[in-house]
Amino acid sequence: MPNVTLTVDGTQVTVPKGTTVVEAAWKAGAFVPTLCHDPELSKPGACRICVVEVKGARNLVASCVTEAVEGMEVQTSTPAVIEARKTILELMLDNHPEDCLTCHQAGDCKLQDYAYFYNVKPGAFGGESHQYELEDDNLFIVRNMNKCILCGKCLRACEEKQGRAVIDFAYRGFKTKVTTALDQPLADSVCVSCGSCVAVCPTGALTEKAMLGKARKWEIEKIRTTCPFCGVGCNLDLNVKGGKILGATSNPASPTNGRDLCVKGRFGIDYVHSPKRLTKPLIKKNGAFVESSWDEALDLVATKLGEIKNKFGSDAIAALSSARCTNEDNYVMQKFVRAGIGTNNVDHCART
Amino acid sequence: MAGCACTGEKVDSPQDLQLMDLLGHYRGYDGSLIPVLQGVQEIYGYLPAEVLEKVSQELKIPFSKVFGVVTFYAQFHLKPRGRNIIRVCLGTACHVLGNAKVFDRLKDILGVDNGGTTDDLRFTLESVACIGACGLAPCIMINDDTHGRLTVDGLEDILAQYA
Amino acid sequence: MSISKEMRSDIEERYKRNLERPRIVVGLGTCGIAAGGNKVMDAIKAEVAKKGLDVDVDFTSCIGMCFAEPVVEMALPGRASVVYGGVGPENVVQLIESHMVQKTPVAEQAQIQILGGAEAYEGIPAMEKSEYYEQQVRSVTWRLGRTNPERIEDYIATGGYEGIQKALTMDRIAIIDEIKKSGLRGRGGGGFPTGTKWQFVHDAVGDKKYIVCNADEGDPGAFMDRSVLEGDPHAVLEGMMIAAYAIGADEGVIYCRAEYPLAIRRLNMAIKVAEEMGIMGENIMGSGFNFKVRIKAGAGAFVCGEETALLNSIEGQRGMPRVRPPFPAHKGLWQKPTCLNNVETFANVPNIIRKGGDWFSSMGTEKSKGSKVFCITGKINHTGLCEVPMGMTLRDLVYNIAGGIKDGKKFKAVQSGGPSGGCLPTEKLDLSIDYESLGQAGAIMGSGGLVFMDEDSCMLDIAKYFLNFTQMESCGKCTPCREGTKRMLETLERICEGNGVPEDIDNLERLAKVIKTSALCALGQTAPNPVLTTLKYFRDEYEAHINEKRCPAGVCPELLNYTILADKCIGCGVCIKACPTGAISGEKKAVHVIDPTKCVKCGACVPKCKFDAIAKA
Repeated sequence: MPNVTLTVDGTQVTVPKGTTVVEAAWKAGAFVPTLCHDPELSKPGACRICVVEVKGARNLVASCVTEAVEGMEVQTSTPAVIEARKTILELMLDNHPEDCLTCHQAGDCKLQDYAYFYNVKPGAFGGESHQYELEDDNLFIVRNMNKCILCGKCLRACEEKQGRAVIDFAYRGFKTKVTTALDQPLADSVCVSCGSCVAVCPTGALTEKAMLGKARKWEIEKIRTTCPFCGVGCNLDLNVKGGKILGATSNPASPTNGRDLCVKGRFGIDYVHSPKRLTKPLIKKNGAFVESSWDEALDLVATKLGEIKNKFGSDAIAALSSARCTNEDNYVMQKFVRAGIGTNNVDHCART
Repeated sequence: MAGCACTGEKVDSPQDLQLMDLLGHYRGYDGSLIPVLQGVQEIYGYLPAEVLEKVSQELKIPFSKVFGVVTFYAQFHLKPRGRNIIRVCLGTACHVLGNAKVFDRLKDILGVDNGGTTDDLRFTLESVACIGACGLAPCIMINDDTHGRLTVDGLEDILAQYA
Repeated sequence: MSISKEMRSDIEERYKRNLERPRIVVGLGTCGIAAGGNKVMDAIKAEVAKKGLDVDVDFTSCIGMCFAEPVVEMALPGRASVVYGGVGPENVVQLIESHMVQKTPVAEQAQIQILGGAEAYEGIPAMEKSEYYEQQVRSVTWRLGRTNPERIEDYIATGGYEGIQKALTMDRIAIIDEIKKSGLRGRGGGGFPTGTKWQFVHDAVGDKKYIVCNADEGDPGAFMDRSVLEGDPHAVLEGMMIAAYAIGADEGVIYCRAEYPLAIRRLNMAIKVAEEMGIMGENIMGSGFNFKVRIKAGAGAFVCGEETALLNSIEGQRGMPRVRPPFPAHKGLWQKPTCLNNVETFANVPNIIRKGGDWFSSMGTEKSKGSKVFCITGKINHTGLCEVPMGMTLRDLVYNIAGGIKDGKKFKAVQSGGPSGGCLPTEKLDLSIDYESLGQAGAIMGSGGLVFMDEDSCMLDIAKYFLNFTQMESCGKCTPCREGTKRMLETLERICEGNGVPEDIDNLERLAKVIKTSALCALGQTAPNPVLTTLKYFRDEYEAHINEKRCPAGVCPELLNYTILADKCIGCGVCIKACPTGAISGEKKAVHVIDPTKCVKCGACVPKCKFDAIAKA
């Protein structure tokens, strides 16, 4: 692909043709903030925080939707650019709750980061702000539309990544809001709770219900693992605090799935600490399950299997294993059945 | 709500028949959502939620997007509307010539606020940005009729023309 | 099929013959109908039938004299036709008796007479010499009020579809060059050179191209496009056809706002009859050129006048503007190269092709060629539609065409270009009306709405009004417009309510600057103009509202106080009855008093007082 060379703040940078100005600017080492921009989603150019000055342009230019062209001269931090970005942040903050102290997203919030970087304080212009009710009807996702800056990443992820389009912009102008059809609760909509919207939200507007109030963002240790729920092998980050799993988040660097996860992988990890989980073997004695030692349980199984095999032959036995188990576990299982028991009667739940 | 005729479901109202005609006419055409919504509103007087859901299915457009379009355009209404729609022009000329007083008087006479419909479904009162008859300011539109050079006192006579 | 020479001359002949018959023609544009034109029409028909007169009764569209509606034209063979204004059903009988039967025009009610080579009447100004029309040109608007827009024969008889006939014999590039030579620029507000735009679309690579006519005229105070569509729909269609042929499109869409039902109806009629006659459709006039056009009715969103929002709306989406580039010329409707022009632009095209680019460019200024249609409204004597050559001064427009400010008051300002434009003060009255001059003064030509204000208008109230409009119509996509216009409006409201602080002006200026430079589309980028221009030219009014809590024009209710002048009040008690809040008290025949704590400043008492005893300050 042909390249183009442009200057960003006086530094020459060469990028493949088709690259946006913001990507070129980043490559040149310049700081350009973005909110609605997402490399994996379509580009609306809506939030305008990424504006830069381009020589010859009548107005400031949204760098995330402008293609870098040969010889372009870009300035990323002139007084006009800084004033525009600060004003845009002020406008966002004026219509945003001032509750960073207790906001779950604090520490992992782009709005907060940029406000800090540009030293922008809330209340610059005052005036009416949205007073939407907190939406916590969904089992896994909490929506606080007062914190929404209408970047639209959630609805683009829902439509473009998941092919669902459960949510979209509704209403108009200052009243614009991201809603489901008929502005119904998420729980009553066709949402399957994959949480892709949560994964892309740059503010605290969309959060994982299970993790709310459990840990500040900087207390969380993220441990990469493979999702145990099915055979796809999605990567996810366990969010761990004090040795306890609080939940899971997706990681864009995951080679298999990027930021995509399904409802089970993203929100189903709570089973790890479930009190309902079996942690010791149970043996039915006199019609009731009774806790036993592993030795006793394994002896019992071995004895019974041996008896059946002797009496009816190996093919009287079949084994079903679980797709949730790892490859290694399933390998051992079939090996045991084939070599140990001597039958090919082995299958698992996700074969078809 | 009736289903599609091809499924053999019972069709029970003339409105539903009209709806099927409308959807049949536009099915498969790109960009047909807005004309279909205009047609639905023509048929039902407003946009009933269950009809919108059907439109979404038939045109294969996500329901959220249909809702997004409906709420974007001022012309569309999710609630029943009066038989006669009064649009009070808030255009510049009307503003300068005192249409706010006309608006207030209409609210008084009808006992509804902006966007309201009278209980007998006779009138719905709305404001509109500008109806483009500035030379006749102050003016209102009732259905497709424009009434210009209004005075507060003449309003009741005008309303009486609409059953 | 095509329009053969014989057919054309036949149509012309019949048209001429009709003009020589006794005629009564009623102006039935939206404005005429609104003023009661249909009732006048009924009364005329009834009277003609009753008298058994051999008179043709016909209708036309708006001739432009909104101030004189309903307008009725009466003509006798060999004599000039007389245009009467303010005709009501009640004076139809007398007019017909006098003009049509007694052959004596009613001079008092006559506005103008149209000579057309016939014998003039005494005491009635000829159209070209009348106050309203003397400085006008009638180029785009010349069929308005002169022909029946629902009869294609009237169009053909007056040179209609000669442009496309000629164009079809021309090279595509030659057509584009002719438009370039004419200097025609976009009449919708942007002022982009039309020929250059056509060239872009012509050069763009695409298996399919579209022509789109922007008829989503939404500026408050503007109705040029409606008048043209209602009065000369075929001219718009012909302009679109010529453009389509030149750029290589075979399909067109007219996006017309739904608030214009009559325009949509007449367009539909025009399309239908043009198709029936083979003027539109397949293999037009045997040239192999195909063209079909359909109408999309808007659904009530001002922002859809922005070209990319309009395209999204045609595609059935929310009317939110797209990022440009890519421009519609490259990726427009359905991502195909699309030529978008406004109604008036297309309506100019047939004349340019018929008469040549040089003819058009002989009118106007160096950079703004031709004529422009304006809607003049507000506090002037002649509100209506007028067409003037580019380069006329605002002063000529106000004091000659518009007949000066109403009630002998003083001119204060004119808002040019609607909510995207600016307010220009008295000092700018000698400004030439062209794209550059208006732009440099902080306003824009816009689509052609001019709203005049007198000394009783508060400039903050006007700025607030326009900002309220753009704020309500903001699509909500980009932050500066969605949030910024809201904050500007709130600040203005605060100031008008007497709660302004000096920093408000700085905040307004900063917001205005940022919205102007960083909003996504033209609606946002121009939304601050009314505030910026009023701040520039009427800063003292802002300061009076903020520092002295005073509205110099006496408009902002919160800053007004009503008092009763003791020397004028006779104690009649009328104002007491008029007051909705019981704020006025006083014994009979004693001076009355207004209790300021109860007064809601509605002003209801003022017109009721016969002695001018109630003062507001």
